[in-house]
Amino acid sequence: MILVFVEQNNGTFKKASQEIISYAAAIGKQTSQPTAAIVLGEANNLEALGNYGVQKVFHVNDTRLNQLDSKAYTKAIVQITQEQNAGAIIFSNNSTSKAVAPRVSAKLKAGLVVGAVSLPDENFIVKKSVFSGKAFAKMKINSPIKIIALNPNSYSIQKSADNAEVIAQNINFDNTDFTVKVQSTNKVQGIVPLSEAELVVSGGRGMKGPENWNILEDLATTIGATLACSRPVADSHWRPHHEHVGQTGGTIRPNLYIAVGISGAIQHLAGVNSSKTIVVINKDPEAPFFKAADYGILGDAFEVVPKFTEALKKYKASHSS
Amino acid sequence: MKILVCLTKAPDTTTKISFTENDSKLNEAGVQWIINPYDEWYSLVRALELKEAGIATDVHIISVGKADVEPIIRKALAIGGDEAIRIDADSNDSFFIASQIAEYAKANQYELVMTGKESIDYNNSSIGAMIAELLDRPFISHVLNFNIQNGETTSVREIEGGEETDTCPLPLVISCQKGLAEQRIPNMRGIMASRTKPLKVVPASNSEPLTEIISYEMPPQKSGVKMISPDNVDELVKLLHEEAKVI
Ligand SMILES: Cc1cc2nc3c(=O)[nH]c(=O)nc-3n(C[C@H](O)[C@H](O)[C@H](O)COP(=O)(O)OP(=O)(O)OC[C@H]3O[C@@H](n4cnc5c(N)ncnc54)[C@H](O)[C@@H]3O)c2cc1C
Repeated sequence: MILVFVEQNNGTFKKASQEIISYAAAIGKQTSQPTAAIVLGEANNLEALGNYGVQKVFHVNDTRLNQLDSKAYTKAIVQITQEQNAGAIIFSNNSTSKAVAPRVSAKLKAGLVVGAVSLPDENFIVKKSVFSGKAFAKMKINSPIKIIALNPNSYSIQKSADNAEVIAQNINFDNTDFTVKVQSTNKVQGIVPLSEAELVVSGGRGMKGPENWNILEDLATTIGATLACSRPVADSHWRPHHEHVGQTGGTIRPNLYIAVGISGAIQHLAGVNSSKTIVVINKDPEAPFFKAADYGILGDAFEVVPKFTEALKKYKASHSS
Repeated sequence: MKILVCLTKAPDTTTKISFTENDSKLNEAGVQWIINPYDEWYSLVRALELKEAGIATDVHIISVGKADVEPIIRKALAIGGDEAIRIDADSNDSFFIASQIAEYAKANQYELVMTGKESIDYNNSSIGAMIAELLDRPFISHVLNFNIQNGETTSVREIEGGEETDTCPLPLVISCQKGLAEQRIPNMRGIMASRTKPLKVVPASNSEPLTEIISYEMPPQKSGVKMISPDNVDELVKLLHEEAKVI
């Protein structure tokens, strides 16, 4: 059996979750094994996970699992893996899996590939991102049980009308399994997190100061993009750290990355060069970023960006009707 | 309270990555090795701050590597670690590395083990959580803010699109994200002192690597930039829709 660990967010399953279920189902098909999801904590509408290719859902409906405690999550996933004699466990490469997948790996002595970007081959060799996006490695998992954390935006969703069978799963927790207490969470509402965003608008030092970000915000809102920035922008506190992309920030792979006033230093490119399409707006014809771009506009951001936003608005208006 | 700070070496961030031996090995010619930035700038510095605040008594540095990691270990001692341990093995398998560190940590009773959020070479982001499992301890990843009061820790950790505040008793393992501390440059006194600080070499224990890297490849090259006049942004919109199909 192939297991896939799925999180529900506000009653829905995010695109990244749909991607890993489709990915797990494809491995199931490849290896002629059934595929099942693991869902921890309160959740609803789990039959619908069948739409993306799982036959079963093991649901541990325990409110203590509504919040992440990596010890407890590990215990649940390990128990289900052993009971089902599963051969592989798939995660989405995100903040939860980073706390849980390595623990499961250590407990089961199951090799783990973090940051996979494609399906494993017949020898279970998986391609993954290394050097923060500067290269890829083909990694072989030698243990009987394999664990993969798939990068978001790396696998396309396959949808059907099938429903999954939901099985209530019991885990023998004791009190020492829960040690972490969540005091509060603070989430920006209505914005796709950078790691999962399909469209990204990013600003560099060429923006001159935080007071000028309104033109990037307008551009981003027009197309529903998430904002990012270069490292000096975050280090000067023009923008929050979580927007920093590059080798020492986030590594992202959106469909569209629009870089405004960013020179394209090697450390910056590392984090963004897996983007499908890159647009660079820069006033320096020698800016290295043009060499890594698909489309470029040589010009002053303060003139080009508002015009670009207007053109996008016009396009949106003509395509929404 | 004793803290164990885990360090690894990584190629300097300006390194143009290339491979040798049929793309099976990193080409190390001309590569400058640095302390992995997350380990140095955030994890090590926060550990030192906890010592300066009188909360920690000792800050020990540990690295799994051959003798060529000693310069970066000395640098960490120059920034302020009290003593260092090098486990004598060369591996890029996370489970192997974590097993070595966990074994040393168990025998030497560290209440807090700290790692960077990931290394900038293999980006596995796994060592901390694996150590936590091997020691049967709680683990908090991507910590942005960290404090200890009366044996109880408070961590702010990064989650998708936001932050979460967690409390948890010691002993604990955490991985450190940007924002936790400010980078420190070693001063002359630190560099002098680091030369005589203890650096213990410990043989590696037996542990099977669970993964191996078979080969590497570079990302596909872009076919060349299409320049568009700043007076013709409508053209760019059209290309993004019709050619790139991203809007
Ligand atoms: C260890 C280490 C790690 C690093 N990690 C990262 C990382 O993760 N991410 C990262 O981004 N950087 C990183 N850096 C920094 C990196 O080397 C560059 O310094 C940084 O990316 C430059 O940011 P920038 O492009 O915003 O600024 P600059 O290099 O100053 O470029 C500004 C650009 O804006 C253009 N410009 C100016 N005015 C205008 C205008 N009016 N209209 C249009 N264009 C304009 C200029 O032509 C220029 O190209 C790292 C550096 C080190 C040493």
